[in-house]
Amino acid sequence: MENRLLMKLVVATETLFFLALLLVFVYFSLGPGFRQQQLAALDWRTTGAFTLLLFASSFTYWRAEASYRQGAPGRLKGWLLATIGLGAVFLLGQAREFHGLFTRHIDLAANTFGTSFFTLTGFHGLHVLAGLLILSILTGLAFAGDYDRPTSSIFSAVGIYWHFVDIVWAVVFTVVYVLPHFMRV
Amino acid sequence: MANTTVLVPEPARPLPGLSINSSQGLLQWISSVDHKQLGIMYLWMALLFMLVGGLEILLVRVQLAVPRNTFLSPEAYNQLFTMHGTTMIFFVAMPALFGFGIYFVPLMIGANEMAFPRLNALSLWLTLFGGSLMYFSFLAGGAPDAGWFNYAPLNQFNYSSSPGVDYYCAGLLLAGIGTITASINLVVTILRYRIPGMRFKDMPVFVWMMLLTACLVLASFPALNAALAMLLLDRQLHAHFFDVTGGGSAVLWQHLFWLFGHPEVYVLILPAFGIFSEIFAVFSRKPVFGYAFIVGSGIAIALLAFGVWVHHMLAVGLGNTVNGFFSASSMLIGIPTGIKIFNWLATMHGGSLRFTVAMRFAIAFLVEFTIGGLSGIAFAIVPIDLQLTDTYFVVAHIHYVFIGGTLFGLFAGLFYWFPKMSGRLLDERLSKWFFWLFVVGFNGTFLVQHVLGTLGMPRRVYTYPDLPGWGLLNMISTAGGFLMGAATLLLVYMLVTAIRRGPLAPADPWDAYTLEWATTSPPTLQNFDRVPPVRSARPWRDHKRPDDADHLKPGKKKGVHGK
Repeated sequence: MENRLLMKLVVATETLFFLALLLVFVYFSLGPGFRQQQLAALDWRTTGAFTLLLFASSFTYWRAEASYRQGAPGRLKGWLLATIGLGAVFLLGQAREFHGLFTRHIDLAANTFGTSFFTLTGFHGLHVLAGLLILSILTGLAFAGDYDRPTSSIFSAVGIYWHFVDIVWAVVFTVVYVLPHFMRV
Repeated sequence: MANTTVLVPEPARPLPGLSINSSQGLLQWISSVDHKQLGIMYLWMALLFMLVGGLEILLVRVQLAVPRNTFLSPEAYNQLFTMHGTTMIFFVAMPALFGFGIYFVPLMIGANEMAFPRLNALSLWLTLFGGSLMYFSFLAGGAPDAGWFNYAPLNQFNYSSSPGVDYYCAGLLLAGIGTITASINLVVTILRYRIPGMRFKDMPVFVWMMLLTACLVLASFPALNAALAMLLLDRQLHAHFFDVTGGGSAVLWQHLFWLFGHPEVYVLILPAFGIFSEIFAVFSRKPVFGYAFIVGSGIAIALLAFGVWVHHMLAVGLGNTVNGFFSASSMLIGIPTGIKIFNWLATMHGGSLRFTVAMRFAIAFLVEFTIGGLSGIAFAIVPIDLQLTDTYFVVAHIHYVFIGGTLFGLFAGLFYWFPKMSGRLLDERLSKWFFWLFVVGFNGTFLVQHVLGTLGMPRRVYTYPDLPGWGLLNMISTAGGFLMGAATLLLVYMLVTAIRRGPLAPADPWDAYTLEWATTSPPTLQNFDRVPPVRSARPWRDHKRPDDADHLKPGKKKGVHGK
């Protein structure tokens, strides 16, 4: 159970890290011209579709964890692979979005929108990447037969992190992509 | 589960103390995951950086000794005072406090190891390499030169074009992650690895304070890490976080930095409060007076710490409402600190005092820290702050709390726990010399700086005009600084000779109260086979005096028994 407490503390401190980035984004969004750039640059429909895939990965991970508890290593491996696949597709979607913005000369150095947008979403992407690395290691170990019996707390600990990454994205997506459509510019 | 033996691959024989004399030599230390060895390495690291940071500031003091001096170039001066502040806070005070925490928390709660030994080693090496990376900047084109709090826009490329500030960001990010992992490790260890029977109200005060400190770190370092990442992006990829011309905000840096920076002040002082609480109790031969109030006021400090950061920014011009709020909250946080001072005074009152060097540092702390606390409260009053901010009065204030508080706590802890860690005793006569040299040097350096600041001498100036009194006061300050430097060298000499050929220390030289003294000096690799039952906050004393044990006298008046 120490693993779970460790991960909860990691998530607590990471929450404050993202809160700092988010507050900076919101603070800059009050500046002149920011909202117009934001509305012009971002497409909530495409990113929304990729968002659903990330949420789906939380579901598949939940099934992976349940399979592990039930002592079903075959299903565990399947659900883990599905989780990695969904997370990877989400990252590819983010890469595609970034690339599209770069070709329109919107990048970190462009203006405060670029600065705060790429930092906030980029750090979230880094956390997804870290999660994928951890999941890949777990999957490798699962295929090596380390998790044939449900004795480890590792899946429940990593789950805390993976769901956290999801929740962060839910907040980021709401603040960055959705809310500006409901505000007077 | 905490009193079951932890499986460790090495045989259970005494550790090599502080010297490198095992069959594997240095490799045993480098590859170690033992919390005691890691704690000792934290302390060696802190001592090394203290010598470097001290040398830096002595060069600065030589430059300031006389008016219109040209001993240092302005560029070198900026780099030296920046590196001094950053080093002393992040690579001396923090590692030393965490070194004591990582060494003694498991011992005091009856555990054989930290919860995550390998993570523990990772924390140490991240901190050490973070510091090394920051110092590499001297070879890479120039050290950071924008002050330890590195304000925008000075930290921007236009104003500091050497790579120093980039190394500052990278080094502090690494060390900051190391501090966070160490804190997580401490929280899990304290919450889950206490010996069965040790309730929260039986935990030694030092363990309580390390728990609060670790929580403060987890809540405050994210703001620093975010700010450092943003600054690196500004400087390397031309982002506009703090770049005013590009639409960024210079005040944003101040908010993020002090949102971390003020809790950091309590990160540096709470463990020292814990050390002092142990020492006052043991050397007064009494339980600490008002245990619940000491712990409770610590919790109050930890919570209030997040509501006072703007008192570093009262001169920014955020408006009267904001200034008034943070002025009030800053005065409020003085109350729990004051409560503790009275707790310690009451602990000594009526006690059978033993004036060991550890106790002397604790008593000196009461005086010096109160001076630093009072000058701190002065700054919470907005008009005084506007007059004195950025003068030498601030320099005097921070050094009275950091040296008179944190460093005296570290010295007190060192003299208290050295026999346990090394198995050797320090030379008592030289230790007293060290105490007096350091205390006199410290007051000589910083007491006069209150006057200099009130006269209007700004801090961080490279040199100053020959105004009446300024030259003399600065010369006194420099002389005091060199006295502290000499005392520090004496300390190093004392430590090295004691480790080499000091008399062997008994397991419990001070007739102390807590479980770390139940082990041999130095402890074996496996801390405990078994631990006496914990029924009060002084389990080792209960074990030594079963007829006079604390849990046998619940109705007795607190604070007078125990002689």
